[in-house]
Amino acid sequence: MTTATTESVETLDAGAPLAAPVISLRDVSFYYGAFRAVRDISFDVPTHRITAIIGPSGCGKSTLLRTINRMNDLIPGTRVEGKILFHEEDLYASYVDPVEVRRRIGMVFQKPNPFPKSIYDNVAFGPRLNGFRGDLDGLVEQSLRRAAIWNEVKDKLKQSGLSLSGGQQQRLCIARAIATDPEVILMDEPCSALDPRATLQIEQLMAEIKERYTIVIVTHNMQQAARASDRTIFLNMADDRAGHVVEEGETLQMFTNPRQQLTEDYVSGRFG
Amino acid sequence: MSASTTSINAGGRSVRRQGRDVRGLVFAGALLLALLFSLAVLAVLVGTQLAQGLPVFAERGLDFLTSDLSSNPADAGVAQGIVGTALLMVIVALVAFPVGIMTAIYLEEYSGDNRLARFIEINVRNLAGVPSVVYGILGLTVFVGLFAALGDSNGKTIVTGGLTLAVLVLPLVIITSAEAIRAVPEALIEGGFGLGASRWQVVRELILPAAAPGILTGTVLALSRAIGETAPLILVGAVLGSFSTGGSIGDLAGGPYTALPMIVFDWARKPQQDFRALTSAAIIVLLALTLVANAFAVILRNRFDRKW
Repeated sequence: MTTATTESVETLDAGAPLAAPVISLRDVSFYYGAFRAVRDISFDVPTHRITAIIGPSGCGKSTLLRTINRMNDLIPGTRVEGKILFHEEDLYASYVDPVEVRRRIGMVFQKPNPFPKSIYDNVAFGPRLNGFRGDLDGLVEQSLRRAAIWNEVKDKLKQSGLSLSGGQQQRLCIARAIATDPEVILMDEPCSALDPRATLQIEQLMAEIKERYTIVIVTHNMQQAARASDRTIFLNMADDRAGHVVEEGETLQMFTNPRQQLTEDYVSGRFG
Repeated sequence: MSASTTSINAGGRSVRRQGRDVRGLVFAGALLLALLFSLAVLAVLVGTQLAQGLPVFAERGLDFLTSDLSSNPADAGVAQGIVGTALLMVIVALVAFPVGIMTAIYLEEYSGDNRLARFIEINVRNLAGVPSVVYGILGLTVFVGLFAALGDSNGKTIVTGGLTLAVLVLPLVIITSAEAIRAVPEALIEGGFGLGASRWQVVRELILPAAAPGILTGTVLALSRAIGETAPLILVGAVLGSFSTGGSIGDLAGGPYTALPMIVFDWARKPQQDFRALTSAAIIVLLALTLVANAFAVILRNRFDRKW
């Protein structure tokens, strides 16, 4: 593992320059067959920060997110152009194993999708795949604690993950992602199926775990991006319906003092 | 437009029922009639067989189940048929289930969504509709020929019969398994891949457990169909009429064999009146076997389902 060398305390300050990107996108375009869903996307994902991708429906936010851990490989007839670098290594190089990529870059989905297994087995799923040798009970507990759900489930670890409420299910899915010890966690509209209270819990959780993980979140909820993220990337689509970056920057600046008129219109709710 | 701004009663329209929904009632009645018709046919069928067949059991008890075939109605029993049918089922299960389920997994999860895969799937569906007698001819030319060439006296053994039935139900197993696999929610599969599971791990840990109840239902349907088949067995050499069976496994595998539907077919053609009752009794045994197989599947499926 080649950790970026320039990582230091200063980079954690809001407003500090992007010294240590974990992931860098360079002119990324993505195609479903002949249709180009996103075009020429370039941005950096700084380490231990929360990066939000916002934009109107259908602009390719989720598609873009799913290229980062190669989930789109599963859809036949799709194609990536450009480079996605993970610690300077091209994720789409022929020698890269997409399965290994997904272990290092975890994902939480729009709709909570716990497996039809016990709460314990849900969290232990990833480690078991990796042939985890060690204190599995301890790892499960630690993951559930980090996902801020331990106290709610510690007495019913053998119960089905599906018996939990929606918000709990999503935190279980976060615990499940954490258990494989990823560096980056991608979240694809993780709160869109949750009520406001559960949403707030997830946002607090994100703020807590960003010390350990780098988070990229796609959200259609601008308040969420404003509340929960450090950096914001605003995608929009032009007449070709391909999403592209309109503006990116520190979240505070994006929401209070955007450089582009289009960004201002979007964050103030005038379209989208 | 103006009506929408006033109360619904103001325009003279009341919420009270305005006459009866005659067409709706007629439709519901027709549905009920269709249901009753099917039930009546089934009831008559089972009723007459029970009426004719049960006296045989009352008179001879277990003797009917443990006796060999005979031209004398008073001695004739279905033991050889039960053994034959049971062995055929074992062969079908051993051959058709693994091959069929693996084919389904390949078609759904590995082949990708290309023209060839779709072409194959359509043809598998067509195969499921091919009359069983055609499979009999297939079994005769392929399996009987193959085993005869390999030096097995004439190749007409229970193994060739079982293989023929296995090929016959294979499309059914493939189709139902493929449908069960396709019904596994995409979110579940993505969740697995998102955690860094390989395709094989996703299939083994998530898809197969989730599809198991559906696959099981399909395999039992296939087995039930195989239990009742007569035509292909006639072609690949199951015996009509009585024969003597050796006791050992080798004799069973290499010697003459028969199956319950063959016995039913044979006895039903016999001129003696006494065989009428025996035919019905054999049918009852056949139905009972089918019911047992189905019940077994339901229990298994509930166990899979109940887990979560």
